Amino acid sequence: MSDNSLNNLPGGFKGMSHDMGSDQTAFKGVQWGKVMMWIFLLSDTFIFSCFLISYMKGRTSTVVDWPNTSEVFSLHVGGVPVPLLLIAIMTFVLITSSGTMALAVKYGYEKNRKMCGWLILATAIGGLTFVGMQVFEWSKLIHEGVRPWENPFGAKQFGSFFFMITGFHGTHVSIGVIFLFIYARKVFRGDFDNGKRGFFTTMKSDYVAIEILGLYWHFVDLVWVFIFAFFYLW
Amino acid sequence: MSDEYNQKNAPLEAQSSDTISGTSGTPSKDIDYVRPAELPEQDLYHGHSFITKWIFCQDAKIIGVQYFLTAVFTGIVGLVLSWLMRLQLGYPDLVPFITAEHYYQFVTMHGMIMVVYFLTALFLGGFGNYLIPLMVGARDMVFPYVNMVSFWMFFIAVCVLMASFFVPGGPTGAGWTLYPPQAILPGTPGSNMGIILMLVSLSLFVIGFTMGGLNYIITILQARTRGMTLMRMPLTIWGIFTATALAMLAFPALLVSCIMMTLDKMLETSFFMPTIVQAGEVLDYGGGSPVLFQHLFWFFGHPEVYIVALPAFGIVSDLISVHARKNIFGYRMMVWAIVGIGGLSFFVWAHHMYVSGMNPWFGFFFATTTLIIAVPTALKVYNWIITLFRANIRMNTVMLFCLGFIVTFVNGGITGIFLGNVAVDIPLSDTYFVIAHFHMVMGIAPLMVIMGAVYHWFPLVTGRMLSEKLGKWHFWFTFLGAYSIYFPMHYLGFIGVPRRYFEMYDSPYVASATGLNEFITLAALIVGFSQLIFIYNIVSSLSIGKPAGKNPWKANSLEWLTPEVPPAHGNWGEKLPVIHRWPYDFNVPGAKEDYITQTTPPSEVISAEVEKT
Repeated sequence: MSDNSLNNLPGGFKGMSHDMGSDQTAFKGVQWGKVMMWIFLLSDTFIFSCFLISYMKGRTSTVVDWPNTSEVFSLHVGGVPVPLLLIAIMTFVLITSSGTMALAVKYGYEKNRKMCGWLILATAIGGLTFVGMQVFEWSKLIHEGVRPWENPFGAKQFGSFFFMITGFHGTHVSIGVIFLFIYARKVFRGDFDNGKRGFFTTMKSDYVAIEILGLYWHFVDLVWVFIFAFFYLW
Repeated sequence: MSDEYNQKNAPLEAQSSDTISGTSGTPSKDIDYVRPAELPEQDLYHGHSFITKWIFCQDAKIIGVQYFLTAVFTGIVGLVLSWLMRLQLGYPDLVPFITAEHYYQFVTMHGMIMVVYFLTALFLGGFGNYLIPLMVGARDMVFPYVNMVSFWMFFIAVCVLMASFFVPGGPTGAGWTLYPPQAILPGTPGSNMGIILMLVSLSLFVIGFTMGGLNYIITILQARTRGMTLMRMPLTIWGIFTATALAMLAFPALLVSCIMMTLDKMLETSFFMPTIVQAGEVLDYGGGSPVLFQHLFWFFGHPEVYIVALPAFGIVSDLISVHARKNIFGYRMMVWAIVGIGGLSFFVWAHHMYVSGMNPWFGFFFATTTLIIAVPTALKVYNWIITLFRANIRMNTVMLFCLGFIVTFVNGGITGIFLGNVAVDIPLSDTYFVIAHFHMVMGIAPLMVIMGAVYHWFPLVTGRMLSEKLGKWHFWFTFLGAYSIYFPMHYLGFIGVPRRYFEMYDSPYVASATGLNEFITLAALIVGFSQLIFIYNIVSSLSIGKPAGKNPWKANSLEWLTPEVPPAHGNWGEKLPVIHRWPYDFNVPGAKEDYITQTTPPSEVISAEVEKT
């Protein structure tokens, strides 16, 4: 290997642009699928930003008072309203599932099939629990009379934005959960070890797919943190 | 992390030391050195039946042609709609079935079809799919399956859009901007099924486009061949790349506004709907903000202008360079201008909203950013002109269309400076001046590039040349005709003729405007019918066109250098090409021929004084 062109390269910012502008790949040694997920997530960030900015605009410009969120979202435990209880549990579950996902990626690259599979399954169950609790919260609010088009506690935009944005996020989580179950099955079956070709794409399976799914999962968690802050803490 | 993990992620150049030399096969020639392959060979899907080869096809070239044909079909629908509008404006009540409602529906569908389903799909889906893998030296897009799904999503979106012509109430007539509250209230044509299908179709388009866009971006960033540095890419690729990046960040705003308006329509939420009294009755809506929709829409809508314009900028640079036999002047400046225009385009959206009643300080800010965009744009125009200066110009159909582009683009760009200023825009807003401006700058100008590009790349796609003679007739009809449509519209705008009006009734300016309107209508009919020359040229040349052979234009860029023309599945035969230079080495002093292809190693053209790229 006599690659002299790698000597005498500029460093710092100039070096970075030199590297990215060099031939073949802009991000050296990064698989196509991983770049795709990052760019997709950037695009998805814009979707959620548009939703949340619309929400801020709607909330600040409404003429009817916004409902008191710590009352609306509180759970009654033994007759006492406890604010933020349900949401704290939901957030905890989702963040924990991010942790198990990260471990699954690690064991995946170590080709520890069993651990990887079980951790993906644990992540999926965490996601499912989150969606289940969200269903509970929705049904509680619907039971109390909150609808996308009306809201007994104040501004009607509360119901609209809440159901739309948490629903959009919940859809993301549900899609993630479906993929987690599919991937758990693939891991247990050994697809990633023997490079079995995908049913639709006919491309070889690789453990990097788990990291890509992990990126998506962490992103969904991160978005939840913002939704949590803007809906429940504001 | 385990050893295996580290080994797998180690820099790939350490693993593949077997392919060091250039194409010449003599290893130790230092000047021909190109860094070894970083990537393994792409794993390609090979179609084996008619359906997998031609319909649900995963080859980007076929997908590009599919996109092209679908987009052209919708474009022809849009063209016919514009005829109907012009007939009503030029000769009111001549065609009995054009009522005011139908007129608004034609306006809406014409606008939406032309901007989104025709131009965007044609440039990025059509030219992008066909040219990106060929121009960067890849065997295919990086995710061929996703690419196939992308086209079929687009196809379904077009079907849903066309279906809205046949539902009760017809398609939406809210104007292509779909402004609420009127878009979803009774009284607007198509305010039930029409608007819902439009919003669904747009959402499907965005989803389909995202799949395609990820492919274009990652193929350009991560799948270039050896030696193809970013600054050696043809400007076509830079234009398509930047436009796709804009689309990935702008379409989310459209998707969000579509979702919110669908909910407003179907669930009676009030995202965009203020309190409304209709026929003496207070509706259930209340507290929403119509201006919020305008912000979301134009945050998509303005970058959309550049999604259409930037690929045109890129393609026209390449066409001019090839047919003027000269390197493009200021290549690096051109690249940075494309990227700069792309970045700035996210900060100018509210110049579409000067009359929406927003804070005047907003107008001040957005007028400033809008005028700043004129700087890189003007730079590009100067560079095209300097490229032509003292060049060895071949005055063929392609070059005529390029020149036509420059003229119409400069015209539309200058009126853009008028409209970018708040004080000038307010009286001109919603008049025919605006119609003239944007049809010149993002209608006719990109269309000129598309036509030039078809004449340029038709030999590549089909292996046959288009007829030059018919091409010149087509050019003069299109160029002069389009000019006589839109140039008088500036005047109509100045005398105050408002846009989107079904009829002018007895307004005082009608006397001078009537004759012009008739003239414009006739010109529009002629231009439309003259496209039959183009279609005839394409269809007949498929069988009787002169065989093109390899590289008929003597171009440098990679798409002409495939082992087979038209390129076969996998593009490059056994070995991927190796790139030694940029695609603009025309008429280099000291070289034997007037062009040096990108794959020519320096040792073969030692005496040529090439620029180091």
